[in-house]
Amino acid sequence: MIKSNASLDMESKSSTLVNEFAPKRPFLERFERWEWILVALIIIVVILNSRLSPYFLDAQNLSRTSSGFMEIGILMLPMVFIIISGNIDLSVASNLGMSASLMGLLFNLGVNIWVAAFAAILLGTCGGLLNGYLIARVKLPSLVVTLGTYAFYRGLAYVFLGDQAARDYPEAFTYLGQGKLPGTLLPFSVALFVVLAIIFGLVLHKTTFGRYLFAIGNNQEAAIYSGVPVARIKIMLFTLSGFISSLVALVLAARFGSTRPDIGTGLELTVITAVVLGGINIRGGFGTMIGAALSLILIGLVRFGMGLVSIQGQVQGVVIGMLLILSILLPSIFREIFASGLRANRNSILSVLAITALFVMFFIFFFWSRATPLIPGS
Amino acid sequence: MNLKNAFVNRSNFLPAIARFRETGISIFILLLIVAVTLRNPSFLTADNFTDILLNISILVIVALAQAMVIITRGIDLSVSSMIGLVAMMTAFFANQYPDMPIFIIVLLGMALGAILGMFNGLIISYGKVPPIIATLGTLSIYRGLIFFYSQGTWINPFELPKDLKLLTKGTMLGLPNAVICAIVVALIVYYFLNHTRPGRDIYAVGSNPEAAEYSGIRTKRVIFLVYLISGIACGLAAVMWVSRYEAAQTNTAQGFELQTVAAGVVGGVNISGGVGTVPGVLLGTFLLGIIENSLPLLHISPFWQLAAQGLLILIAVVSDSFISRSVQRKE
Repeated sequence: MIKSNASLDMESKSSTLVNEFAPKRPFLERFERWEWILVALIIIVVILNSRLSPYFLDAQNLSRTSSGFMEIGILMLPMVFIIISGNIDLSVASNLGMSASLMGLLFNLGVNIWVAAFAAILLGTCGGLLNGYLIARVKLPSLVVTLGTYAFYRGLAYVFLGDQAARDYPEAFTYLGQGKLPGTLLPFSVALFVVLAIIFGLVLHKTTFGRYLFAIGNNQEAAIYSGVPVARIKIMLFTLSGFISSLVALVLAARFGSTRPDIGTGLELTVITAVVLGGINIRGGFGTMIGAALSLILIGLVRFGMGLVSIQGQVQGVVIGMLLILSILLPSIFREIFASGLRANRNSILSVLAITALFVMFFIFFFWSRATPLIPGS
Repeated sequence: MNLKNAFVNRSNFLPAIARFRETGISIFILLLIVAVTLRNPSFLTADNFTDILLNISILVIVALAQAMVIITRGIDLSVSSMIGLVAMMTAFFANQYPDMPIFIIVLLGMALGAILGMFNGLIISYGKVPPIIATLGTLSIYRGLIFFYSQGTWINPFELPKDLKLLTKGTMLGLPNAVICAIVVALIVYYFLNHTRPGRDIYAVGSNPEAAEYSGIRTKRVIFLVYLISGIACGLAAVMWVSRYEAAQTNTAQGFELQTVAAGVVGGVNISGGVGTVPGVLLGTFLLGIIENSLPLLHISPFWQLAAQGLLILIAVVSDSFISRSVQRKE
């Protein structure tokens, strides 16, 4: 009874916090929810995709693709928490690589796969704990710390496995990444994602802990003064992120059936893109789990569609990168226009024209000197 | 009042860190040199040191630009992709026009880099996209464009004109051209940061953006400028990269962004802005170069290199924070 009272009290406190310190968002408020825009985009992409290829709406195909995308989805869940609290974790993919490589190394040395998997989870969790400690106790910015561990953890992955690979995992283990729930087409990893997403969503939106995250993201100082245990929460967040990274390491290694030290390289980019595109404020304090899930589906469908019309994976990076930038740039531009109207004078028009001309020149040169396919090096 | 206090405080204790850092890292480098030489005397030879300098010359140029970006509280993660893209484009151009004078290729590289850097600068300063997100995005955009541009092909050593290959390798005054180029760039950046108005504005914007705005500095322009400079530096670095490694591949310079950040941060450039010196960055780069060079001499697996870089970044930022806290306490 007392406890629930306290938490209720806390809740009302942090909600006033949120109201007082929330940045003004006239445009987003008018449009109401970013989520509806995402739903509309998803519908458009589904229609486009099914036009592009008859293989799109094939259950087998969808199930295979979605299982390949769930690693990003699971990694995204703690990232949502971290970004809402105003931090960032660049080391998730490296932590994943480090844990998977340790497991591979131990497995190659003849250790039982489940013991190796346990060691991997332990290492990944410790990796997250180190991040959290440096950020919360030594009070370093999360960007720098995780940039350092981004290199350090990936480096350790190379130290563990070098130019070796681990393969031939037992079937019971590969089920984690390749198996389907008995009697259905639903891959195990999708089920895992759905369960975790519901738990994370409930924690974010229905508990005091979730409220604290928004409070910290909106105004850390105010959160500290109103009694939020900021340092402890940050340590918990990054430890959780490390734990999830190592969990995904198992799923990914199981799906590939092998581990190389470069496993999962660059995943952090897609993960952060998914979070930001989900309408979660990169500066913290605002966002929903549903938005993140929708943007994950959107990105998955876009990539799937590009795969259907055989666009190379690396070129897909152009689209993902554009999505990332536009999802922040467009609301910010609209907000500016809604807030102050267009103030065009001669100088600004001239500079816009000059800049456009430069970009046009760049792309003319780009396409003019571009390689013609199939003739190597010309 | 508050603002003014913050300004004064920072300007008092932050240079103290930088000074401390430069002596600290110098001592560390000396100890490292002694230790490596004791294990393997072939480390301390003129040839080997020329080798180290040649290896870090490209890094110096980009790390100095990265340092300017970090001083304004930003970060440019897209440098590696800019180098890769410009390297590919200039290599194709040089391959198609082997008789083109070399300075035109260098200018072309810098112009292409400038346009890429300008894109970063625009979305960050005028579009208000956080630097980390913007450059993470362009990191993958520019890298994707390399594949789109090259169609999966690459440029081999025999396809490049000889002049271009000699650009970095010729020697002047007993030093390779690349090293001389890096020294010239370092001198220019030193003069720019310490003795010109835009250079001082970069520090002002990084120390306290609001105060800078109130004192009449056009912060947006300054921020745009540093990303533009970063692009130009990457363009120059790209041409040097093609010349030095005699090839342009789709994965050219991948992961290089980390080294540029590491060099700056290890050399005392504070990631929260406002602090950083050219000598510091040079020392940081030199330290990275020594570590890279000495690992094989000590028979340590080259796979340790990345881990060592990451660890160095962590040690540097942790020690920075302890130093700045103790300096603050003294005041």
